[in-house]
Amino acid sequence: METAAVEVVDLVKRYGAKTAVTGLTFTARRGAVTALLGPNGAGKTSTIEICEGFRHSDGGHVRVLGLDPRADSGALKPRVGVMPQSGGVPTGARAGEWLRLMASFHARPIDPELLLTRLGLTSAANTPFRRLSGGQQQRLSLACAVIGRPELVFLDEPTAGLDPQARMATWDLVTTLREAGVAVILSTHHMEEAERLSDHVIIIDRGAVVAEGTPEALTGGHREVCFSTHARLDTGSLRSALPPGTTVTSTHNGDRHDHVVRPEDPEGAGPEFLAAVTAWCASSGVLAEDLRVRRRTLEDVFLELTGRELRD
Amino acid sequence: MTEHTTTSSTADSGTPGTGDAALFRPDPGAAPLWRMVLAQAGMELRIMLRHGEQLLLTMVIPVLLLIGFTVTPVLDMGEGARVDVLTPGVLALAVMSTAFTGLAIGTGFERRYGVLKRLGATPLSRFGLLAAKTLAVLAIQAIQAVVLCTVALALGWSPALTSAAVAGALALVLMATAAFSSLALLMAGTLRAEATLAGANLVYVLMLGLGGVLFPTSTFPGPMEQVVAALPITALSSGLRSTLVEGSLPSLGAFVVLAVWATVCALLAARLFRWE
Repeated sequence: METAAVEVVDLVKRYGAKTAVTGLTFTARRGAVTALLGPNGAGKTSTIEICEGFRHSDGGHVRVLGLDPRADSGALKPRVGVMPQSGGVPTGARAGEWLRLMASFHARPIDPELLLTRLGLTSAANTPFRRLSGGQQQRLSLACAVIGRPELVFLDEPTAGLDPQARMATWDLVTTLREAGVAVILSTHHMEEAERLSDHVIIIDRGAVVAEGTPEALTGGHREVCFSTHARLDTGSLRSALPPGTTVTSTHNGDRHDHVVRPEDPEGAGPEFLAAVTAWCASSGVLAEDLRVRRRTLEDVFLELTGRELRD
Repeated sequence: MTEHTTTSSTADSGTPGTGDAALFRPDPGAAPLWRMVLAQAGMELRIMLRHGEQLLLTMVIPVLLLIGFTVTPVLDMGEGARVDVLTPGVLALAVMSTAFTGLAIGTGFERRYGVLKRLGATPLSRFGLLAAKTLAVLAIQAIQAVVLCTVALALGWSPALTSAAVAGALALVLMATAAFSSLALLMAGTLRAEATLAGANLVYVLMLGLGGVLFPTSTFPGPMEQVVAALPITALSSGLRSTLVEGSLPSLGAFVVLAVWATVCALLAARLFRWE
């Protein structure tokens, strides 16, 4: 049986008194795109850097392509591509010569000129790294991660700070890598990125997995009713007018109050449910503005699981 | 080796399914070590040669010192033609500027910008990286030696060139390179990049002033001469001077001083060096 691309069991990582990763467990399949989705400081980069062999763990078990990332690093390095969050290239090195250097470390690399063209970097080939735009630096870093034809690549926030064109080019490459049979592990806090690219999404918060599955399974096909009002709502009264198990979540922004009404049954938000909500509004003298029935997005799931408060 | 037909260059517009998945089909493998080391050494060499401030320290300042103090009688250099006394000292300065100052600053900033860490994820091993840096340093030193000897000969330098003296001088330069490089890596691997930058320049200036580069340390008062004799730059400059002026072999003491610096700094660097 072929081993998983990455297998992490009960991973723990501490920095001094702070525990960044608190018993994280997940498996990433070969030839699939796995997204580690989580807010800043959730432990994504720590987890990836342990898998890359850059850091040692303080507990748990990590296998990359069936091997130990530190003890077997010599065997793993040619097989695994790495794109760090930033930097990694000398400021005075030119884009093309650096990519050719990376190619020379591998036995059967992709032709660097071809890869520069593929990533729209041909015109920047003779530009020193420090003069490249942020997007060009990110794409060069991505090129360096894949030039050796790895079986597995780790992309740490590959589209952070990119403009839409550069982001599309990166997404396109990730899709192509998947078609080619390369396993991709990417970290992101970008919902759309996780939703569009991934076969498997792992939502991480405060150093542990809070949910995982395909994007479809995570959003669960759940429908819900949303509307807003100018005044606070008697949510208890609304709940009592609806089937048992229905939840009402209200948030407010100034004097605009947004409400999400979700039945317990995933398929429960049908015509009758909607009618019951509007009937309650009519009898309570509430004008429901922007009323709509919508599917849950990954963002809803994410915010529900990780909370809405701002964090550093 | 690639046999793929790729889409035309105008087609890389970022639409999904560009159809070049075959290009990325996994086929990993490391290149032979010698090829990795040569490629990395070439890159290090190009970056050093392109770096203006480094060229100032490694080429311009030694050449200017050599010419300036040969043609103007401002310094009392003891006996002998001025260029004969100056050249070994300036060669020693050039060795230090590359193996210590340039290497420390370059490596310090590579560490700061995550280059060392990133290279750690490639098939190039740490041994390979050190070998490449060593090759690049030796290549720059060879260029410096050619430039400085040419200038010195044009100024009338007449070294004592016995084969024993040349062999002794080369051995001394290699030992000094080991000592200076170890000290450079110790600084670059433990201090912040800015601290390394400031510290490496400060050490350069101090060693230039104290280490018998421009005039023999025998002109110093006794106790001070004893102290500066323990500096690696003094061991190198006085060793080269006795070799190239008198044609005698460098003293054992010079080798001992350099070997102690090399051993202590290499052990400390191996223990304390942080890659990020």
